[in-house]
Amino acid sequence: MIERSLKSLAQGLAKGEFSSVELTQAYLERIARHNPEINAFITVDPDKSLAQAKAADLRRARGEAGPLLGIPLAQKDIFCAQGWRTTCGSRMLENFVSPYDATVIERFDAAGAVNLGKTNMDEFAMGSSNETSYFGAVKNPWDPARVPGGSSGGSAAAVAARLAPAATGTDTGGSIRQPAALCGLTGLKPTYGVVSRWGMIAFASSLDQAGPMARSAEDCALLLNAMAGFDTRDSTSVERPAEDYTRLLAADAPAKPLAGLKIGLPREFFGEAERAGCDAAVMARVDEAIAAYRALGAETVEVSLPAMQLSVPAYYVIAPAEASSNLSRFDGVRYGHRAPEYSDLDDMYSKTRAQGFGAEVKRRILIGTYVLSHGYYDAYYRQAQRIRRLIADDFARAFKECDVIMGPTSPGTAFRIGEKAADPVQMYLSDIYTIAVNLAGLPGMSVPCGLANGLPTGLQLIGNYFGEARLLDVAHRYQRATDWHLQRPTALAD
Amino acid sequence: MSLTLEQVRRVAQLARIDISDAEADTALGELNGIFSLIEAMQAADTAGVAPMAHALDIAQRLRDDRVSESDQRAAFQAVAPETADGLYLVPKVIE
Repeated sequence: MIERSLKSLAQGLAKGEFSSVELTQAYLERIARHNPEINAFITVDPDKSLAQAKAADLRRARGEAGPLLGIPLAQKDIFCAQGWRTTCGSRMLENFVSPYDATVIERFDAAGAVNLGKTNMDEFAMGSSNETSYFGAVKNPWDPARVPGGSSGGSAAAVAARLAPAATGTDTGGSIRQPAALCGLTGLKPTYGVVSRWGMIAFASSLDQAGPMARSAEDCALLLNAMAGFDTRDSTSVERPAEDYTRLLAADAPAKPLAGLKIGLPREFFGEAERAGCDAAVMARVDEAIAAYRALGAETVEVSLPAMQLSVPAYYVIAPAEASSNLSRFDGVRYGHRAPEYSDLDDMYSKTRAQGFGAEVKRRILIGTYVLSHGYYDAYYRQAQRIRRLIADDFARAFKECDVIMGPTSPGTAFRIGEKAADPVQMYLSDIYTIAVNLAGLPGMSVPCGLANGLPTGLQLIGNYFGEARLLDVAHRYQRATDWHLQRPTALAD
Repeated sequence: MSLTLEQVRRVAQLARIDISDAEADTALGELNGIFSLIEAMQAADTAGVAPMAHALDIAQRLRDDRVSESDQRAAFQAVAPETADGLYLVPKVIE
């Protein structure tokens, strides 16, 4: 049961092979057995999950149907879910039980999906390894001495360890794609504005976007169908007609299914000198994936994204600036932690925030406060916004030459826990291939493309604005021709 | 450029984060490392480039001026550290 796709699970439920309660119970048992080692979940509440499963079974008994009715899913602990503890990986929200549902949660509830639990994450989604979580590091199921990536590392580890059939993630600078790559999953960050950010705890509001993490592009498409949609409660939600993201995933398999597809290969990823920035074994897997795409009929063209080399510096101005503003709401007054002892109001704020936030979050608030402060705004924040424009313009030019851009998702495979924790700059550079996509607001995916030294690698696919359906199809065609997405860690099989 | 210890303390104060001397020392080294990465931006010629604040070129939506939400004060205040009579309690600010 645990190897079945979402579509196959839905068929099993529809045929009565098993109930949602039985399916949910099976996953809850796996979580109870393996989560103590993997630490993928912060909160599990079997009674709540099983009550939802029962309700889904009842809906089915009344004649309802639907691709996610009764399907259990893990939710990143960044999404507020009514009655569930929602921590965002922080001591600040250690005991926060949300009084309301995020739109994403609401939409999954309406579709009849079952919330299996809240997954671990880097504190306030700030990190690329899951080591900044107040609730402890998550272990990569492929090698428990290694990180799962971050910030959606708990979601990635949960799906890779088969503790959930699929999960949600959020991606501000690579937080869906990088953990998907490091754990051997398929993950999609949609175009900015496609999924509502309402009830999703804010990190950097002009970059944050939620998306699915699953074992295949097809599963991601099914999840995105439920997640995407206009929402008046998010002022940046895009008002456009609803889409069926599975519509291009045709069942037919002609010999050259991707004939006519133009793949852009950026010189900044694939140039002779630039290749040195990526682990050679990872690059070799990416090259093989590109070759597989050519065999499917696609042609490749060289494109250039020259401003991309400035994406990490620009991001580490823009994201912390927005974070310092967003996180000012955590003041110990309306919700969350409050310091037990203080003298006056200012002291209460300062002690509350010193105790409630971890080191990485504080670091980013300090950077953000500094770059927004008087006298530095133009040199940092304004300059970063101008570079952001150059990056978006580079992509616009490149998409005149191609339909999709490909490259590595991460410059290496999963690194060892502790390896980069002491050096923020090294950690920041692990998102070197993903950050530009968020700055431009484009959709991006990571698709498993083989193992390097026994660890998963990811191929990144970048599409044009609102090109999710096409992107999912391009990934799906590759997954029909290869089986890298079906590889799983050998541990935790029981 | 590099920050001074005094600037780190000042920024922490602006951000309302209590910081010990030892923490300020550590933060200084880390922030300077991060800013040396950020400095690479200064080499880029961005003259005449319009700053991009947002990925999407959309105007703020306006809604009708009418009541759309129900009163959930009790539910929202249930998660507050300290309340009384529907008010949030904080240390006295006016003598």
